[in-house]
Amino acid sequence: MRAERGERAWTAEWTDRRWIVVAGATLLGAVLVGASLGPAGPVWWRVPLEMLDRLPLVALDSGVTETEWNIVWQIRMPRVLLGGLVGAMLSVAGASYQGVFRNPLVDPYLLGAAAGAGLGATFMLTTGRSVTEGWPIDPVQFVAFLTALLTVAITYAVGSSFGGVRSGSTLVLAGVAVVSFATAMQTFILQRNLDVVGEVFNWILGRLSGATWNDVRTVTPYVLLACIVLMLHRRHLDVFRVGDDEAASLGVSVARTRLVIVVAATLGTAAVVSVSGLIGFVGLIVPHVIRLMAGAGYRRVVPLSILFGAAFLILADVPGRMLTSPAETPIGVVTAFIGAPFFIYLLRTRKLV
Amino acid sequence: MGALELRDVAVSYGRRQAVAPLSVQVASGDWLGVIGPNGAGKSSLLRAVVGLLPAEGDVLVEGTSLSGLSDRERAARVAYVAQDPLIPDDMTTFDYVLLGRTPYIGYFGSPTAHDRAVVAGVVDRLQLGPFTDRLLGTMSGGERQRAVLARALAQEAPVLLLDEPTSALDIGHQQQALELIAELRREQAMTVVSAMHDLTLAGTYTDRLVMLREGEVVAGGAPADVLTAERLGEVFHVCVTVDVDADDGAVIVVPRRGFPV
Repeated sequence: MRAERGERAWTAEWTDRRWIVVAGATLLGAVLVGASLGPAGPVWWRVPLEMLDRLPLVALDSGVTETEWNIVWQIRMPRVLLGGLVGAMLSVAGASYQGVFRNPLVDPYLLGAAAGAGLGATFMLTTGRSVTEGWPIDPVQFVAFLTALLTVAITYAVGSSFGGVRSGSTLVLAGVAVVSFATAMQTFILQRNLDVVGEVFNWILGRLSGATWNDVRTVTPYVLLACIVLMLHRRHLDVFRVGDDEAASLGVSVARTRLVIVVAATLGTAAVVSVSGLIGFVGLIVPHVIRLMAGAGYRRVVPLSILFGAAFLILADVPGRMLTSPAETPIGVVTAFIGAPFFIYLLRTRKLV
Repeated sequence: MGALELRDVAVSYGRRQAVAPLSVQVASGDWLGVIGPNGAGKSSLLRAVVGLLPAEGDVLVEGTSLSGLSDRERAARVAYVAQDPLIPDDMTTFDYVLLGRTPYIGYFGSPTAHDRAVVAGVVDRLQLGPFTDRLLGTMSGGERQRAVLARALAQEAPVLLLDEPTSALDIGHQQQALELIAELRREQAMTVVSAMHDLTLAGTYTDRLVMLREGEVVAGGAPADVLTAERLGEVFHVCVTVDVDADDGAVIVVPRRGFPV
């Protein structure tokens, strides 16, 4: 009996490691594919060679010119890295929100991060332009980030003023109300500024094109912080699965722990949304696909959401820039196109046990 | 000094008092049953003891007041099984029972080899071995009930609170679950408090009973003293006859046709 048990624990750990290795390899592959493919630039297979060449102690002739390398390094790499950061953040935030609210239909935009960012961006693109000339930072990004955080804070305040934070469903309902309100305000502003509807629409759809190293530097600290905090709370997310009451009876401070998790997920989500717009579907679908493949325990779901989420968005960005070049297909459209059928396939084939 | 002592514990929902100030001592290893009609405050009382409801008064476990303790310290002293536990279908039995170790794991910590050994022991004890890696959603009601009990036992708390532990089980599984609890409390000198609907089961398994009506204690003491036909008629508005087994003192409550006098 005892030996069997030891073996069991060992097997579980080994499976964990195997999944991390698989996810890490997928992410590495996605980065290589994302950096190698594009409408302009060097032939695709020369890019990995050139990357090897640039490693210390390696010298080989890849035949990539300096100009071609600039396309890869200045245009594609920031786009790939930003895609990875956004994908990782939305997925892990979605998984965490689904965990603390015990609601499979929840996505990272639930409490108003997206609606708030959209409202802020709309405001800046329509009326805020004249004020912000000569700001050292991108005013649209900055204001979208702030309004995203503010909107979630309002949701939290409203949700916990009645019913209390003990009950997650009150917060979810408060989110619905606040999101509707923010969206209505946004529509109102838009309706009075029809000349910029196209620009705003483009912003809302979400995009990775035109990503710069500066964008990458902007979101990295937030995403890093959020991912670290959420990784440290994955055990708590598993305790939340038995319900608020029983989690509390097991010694978890439910309201406080939920607040920490929501703040971390929201901070990261607000940062990536303010830079990349509202890329839908990722935060909902990636965690579910991982649950169906690797099991529902957050011990695995959290790290795998980070790795697979990053890989997924990097890969989803590739067809967008290749298919309809030079005009781009919005990445949100691609994520839904790939994700929805795959998700339905998984639902059909999944077996319990 | 009892293992569990309630001193003037009272629960209110806004203005409405769900449990009037109640004091009771339960000796170590004793089984106290809480009975009463629907809405009498049985669940509220248990939830107040485990800290899920704000309550007045004081709860002491082995002489230590729970009010000064952290959430984790409290959870190491009182384990609680809800009336209708939320069971995640896609969690394995082992992982579920492991949640019982939560009070012993630091905020950023993870389960140790000792935690896993405790869980493995409990799983063996409750004969859940074959289900270790099974998902809870694929198990029967009786098996899941044992998994829930295993989780509470893994908490290694001296006091175990059970809210209607057998209400979802058939008569056979009810008996098996209660026999198991009776054995476990003997083995581990555990103090058990359970809210119960079935008066015969309450009269058969518990050492002492507290009967509540509209939040007030109407009777307390040995089952044979509390469960009288007259009192049951008055409190539950039911017509019954009560037999006390001459051998083991078990109290058997039999519903009869007719209206209570």
